[in-house]
Amino acid sequence: MSKNIRIIARLDIKGPNLVKGLHLEGLRVLGKPEQFARYYYESGADELIYIDVVASLYNRNSLHGIIEKTARDIFIPLTVGGGLRTLDDIRDVLRAGADKVSLNTAALKNPKIISEASRRFGSSTIVVAIEAIKQPDGSYFAYTDNGREYTGVEVLGWVKQVEQLGAGEIMLTSVDREGTGRGFDIELTKMVADAVSIPVIAHGGAGKVAHIREALLKTEVTAVAISSILHYDFIKRFEVESNDYTEGNIDFIKSGNVFKIIQPASLAEIKNSLDSNSLNYRQALL
Amino acid sequence: MMLNTDRKYIAVVDYGMGNLFSIMNICQHVGMKAVKTSEKSIIEGSSAVILPGVGAFEDAMRALKRLDLAGVLIDAVNNGKPFLGICLGMQLLMSESEEFGINKGLNIIGGRVTRFPNFNDKNDKVRVPHIGWNRIFLAQNPVAGNSILHNIRDGEFMYFVHSFFAAPQEKEAVITYTDYCGIRYCSGMRKDNLVAFQFHPEKSGPSGIQVFKNFKEIIYKEKGNG
Repeated sequence: MSKNIRIIARLDIKGPNLVKGLHLEGLRVLGKPEQFARYYYESGADELIYIDVVASLYNRNSLHGIIEKTARDIFIPLTVGGGLRTLDDIRDVLRAGADKVSLNTAALKNPKIISEASRRFGSSTIVVAIEAIKQPDGSYFAYTDNGREYTGVEVLGWVKQVEQLGAGEIMLTSVDREGTGRGFDIELTKMVADAVSIPVIAHGGAGKVAHIREALLKTEVTAVAISSILHYDFIKRFEVESNDYTEGNIDFIKSGNVFKIIQPASLAEIKNSLDSNSLNYRQALL
Repeated sequence: MMLNTDRKYIAVVDYGMGNLFSIMNICQHVGMKAVKTSEKSIIEGSSAVILPGVGAFEDAMRALKRLDLAGVLIDAVNNGKPFLGICLGMQLLMSESEEFGINKGLNIIGGRVTRFPNFNDKNDKVRVPHIGWNRIFLAQNPVAGNSILHNIRDGEFMYFVHSFFAAPQEKEAVITYTDYCGIRYCSGMRKDNLVAFQFHPEKSGPSGIQVFKNFKEIIYKEKGNG
């Protein structure tokens, strides 16, 4: 039976800027998130994810302004994460226009927030993000703060607990692969998707269209979240003006070095390359 | 008659279940004046009603009762007001739900709300909630030709997020159906002026915007005739 899948555009945001890192760190500025988001919506992205990548450092999510600007003219689901610690934090980003929230640090520190938030906002509103790093013995552990903080929590047990506590979805990041363009960690992805019955979103490592196909066909995940492939396609197409930037280093965009590891593709190029016999998905729009 | 005069508005029922941002936003986008409300009198004075909702059935019914809104919603349907139920707002229209034990609904449409099974007939895992884009197929029956589906193709993709679905007793009430993991269920229903969808048209891109445009047309027509 063909499964229904989603291609989700993930935008990591620092201050007013869309950024992209390696292993969730070493952030580079790419442009204005709302411009990228608008284009992805118009191209037929199935969902958008905004992550405030520096929020954990400050214990607060500062995306409200960007969420409001985005949500007004984008009519697909928007998930927001980063620095959300309390039920009130969740309420505030939902009020600003987010449809779902993604929790990582808060959930690991206080797993009960998953059940409380599911009850209050609906379980489908609560996405639990997991930053997994492979250990020398082959097991995977969950980290926080963009893969910096070790928690001692083993991924396989954690995902089962997350499901039991009432999370609607899991967004699974392979920190080892993130930003490398080497492809998803299929072993990790398969392990998690097989362990739970809620939807799993694979994230981290997609460098070309074949990687997306591989994750969707070789594992039980029903969605992938991708960044670099889409962002660099956008930049190639629209030659983002350098004076748009208010902070950060953009030299690398101009250097072209990134294209050695990432093969950019538009949503149309991605979706047209998928196998519509074994996968059921909404066609791209542009 | 124009909707954008002070007296003509759509009441978007706010009973504490879920975020109404996107419903209000899409109403504005297609040029409908929408008022977010939990007041009986404002619902009574409206030209049309939208009943949204995300969350648990039992909590939702309790909230509607606490706000004393069940009666006014049933009246709105019976009085022929254009009425749009979305997601949990569709499920609440049914007689009862089996979410956390059997709970009574508004009983406007006969039938029960049931959960997706954990496995389908072929023993494949059914991932619940059903989250994502899926096709809506147009049912072949007289009410299915409703203008709410004007310009919507058979098999159009819409955005779904749910674990439970409504099963109307009267097959004629079904205007669209959807397949998830081999389970076919009712994703859209209609009874006279009432339409309801399990998917979220406010999150379904241009296809969903079309549904709201159609709803606006229905309200205009209603006014013109009256």
